[in-house]
Amino acid sequence: MHPAPSVIIFTTLSGLGFGLLFFLGLGLPAVSGWVAFVFFAIAYGLSVGGLMASTFHLGHPERAMKAFTQWRSSWLSREGWCAVLALVLMGLYAIGTVFFGQRWGVFGILGALLSLATVFTTSMIYTQLRTIPRWNMKLTPVMFLSFSLAGGALLAGQTRVALPLLLIAALVQILYWRQGDRALAASGTDLGTATGLGARGRVRAFEPPHTGTNYLLREFVHVVGRKHAEKLRLISFVLAFFVPVVFLLLPFNHFVALLAVLSHLAGIATSRWLFFAQAEHVVGLYYGKR
Amino acid sequence: MTQLPQSTERKMGLVIDLDTCVGCHACVISCKGWNTENYGAPLSDQDAYGADPSGTFLNRVHSYEVQPAEGPAQLIHFPKSCLHCEDAPCVTVCPTGASYKRVEDGIVLVNESDCIGCGLCAWSCPYGARELDQAEGVMKKCTLCVDRIYNENLPEVDRIPSCVRTCPAGARHFGDLGDPHSDVSKLVAERGGMDLMPEMGTKPVNKYLPPRPKDKIEDQIDILAPLLAPVAEEPKGFLGWLDKTLEKL
Repeated sequence: MHPAPSVIIFTTLSGLGFGLLFFLGLGLPAVSGWVAFVFFAIAYGLSVGGLMASTFHLGHPERAMKAFTQWRSSWLSREGWCAVLALVLMGLYAIGTVFFGQRWGVFGILGALLSLATVFTTSMIYTQLRTIPRWNMKLTPVMFLSFSLAGGALLAGQTRVALPLLLIAALVQILYWRQGDRALAASGTDLGTATGLGARGRVRAFEPPHTGTNYLLREFVHVVGRKHAEKLRLISFVLAFFVPVVFLLLPFNHFVALLAVLSHLAGIATSRWLFFAQAEHVVGLYYGKR
Repeated sequence: MTQLPQSTERKMGLVIDLDTCVGCHACVISCKGWNTENYGAPLSDQDAYGADPSGTFLNRVHSYEVQPAEGPAQLIHFPKSCLHCEDAPCVTVCPTGASYKRVEDGIVLVNESDCIGCGLCAWSCPYGARELDQAEGVMKKCTLCVDRIYNENLPEVDRIPSCVRTCPAGARHFGDLGDPHSDVSKLVAERGGMDLMPEMGTKPVNKYLPPRPKDKIEDQIDILAPLLAPVAEEPKGFLGWLDKTLEKL
């Protein structure tokens, strides 16, 4: 898949933002006044900023409101609802903590659950696609949720929770890569089933429909060199999990915490780039590109 | 509404004969022509006369080589457009309701004024049947020429999809695949019509007729060959002399 910056920015930032909102909603940390304001400003900056970025790749962003209509069938529509409800409830909760010094627990807990639901619905947009075997796995939502929770805990300064969550996310990441690398072969889809000619012999793409490129090739056929991908995996793993874990084990200080968060963010963004760039859409088979 | 209908009254679709298709791309051109000038936004081209041309097409013809375990390879031309699936994933993923499947004839269409151009329907299609038009920012796909097949302003002979009307080889057939007695259904039954990527669970309406097995060349190429055998084995006269002389050189 074409790794569009808008979707990478969106899923990375909003995943982190909604993760932070989850912990804030549970009262971890139980902040009020200016401190609460700063925490909520960061959380809203990330989640809303991410959502805004996601509209950049739309052909008609001015019609985005129509996307709320099909929640019965569409995960993208459900994501829109969850995001708006989570942001509204958490907004009410934030007003309580920032201006009245009070914790309106109902809003907080509902908002926290909806924040997680938003991350889950985002992941389901990708997971539901049978056309992309690497995404069509149970591990995809597990990965999105574990990243969001680990990043949220890190950003919320919940050192004790963040450490195990980071380790879990790291494990999920390794499992996702392992299973993902075998997903296309395991799906059973190849040029033989794509053309229905597989039983007759070995099928080879002889001539593409056009000498030039097209939308399908630009959008769905992005080939990353294997060596390149392995290096990026290592970089992403070290930045997203290893560095933050080491920093968390050091005595706490705000500068180190900031470095841990930035390192985690850079690592998750790299992992998300690979999530898109390495995903093989089966339409590439028709072009002999798999 | 992007929920799929439980069932459709008819299942209008195409039957494409891979045995007959000659790979001339006439269907590609006629499709582009008709659909640029009629229903919905035109199918735009980018840099059409420049170094890197590309454009929106609803129908594309691939060519594949099939190499059997024994015998010569076979070249198969392979037109591909929307298969108007019964379980169309492109319909259910749409967040706005722009993408829908018609109850009356099963045609999958896009309401372009509702399309936000998110591209998710194209992601969900295993066949590459949907392309986001780069000029218009909306999703384009085969309409089964919905503006031809019911169009009473056209002569009756033209009330079929443009690609079917154009095909000079007669490799494309149009009809109701939900009716077991229709010509297309009979053709599918007779020739063993097949689905593309059945494992995707999309239940395509369009069917492909597999190429017929090729004739086998045994010992004798032509039954007339014995009658055409040369009568004179050894050249005589002037030719005989020439033959001998040339061999001596």
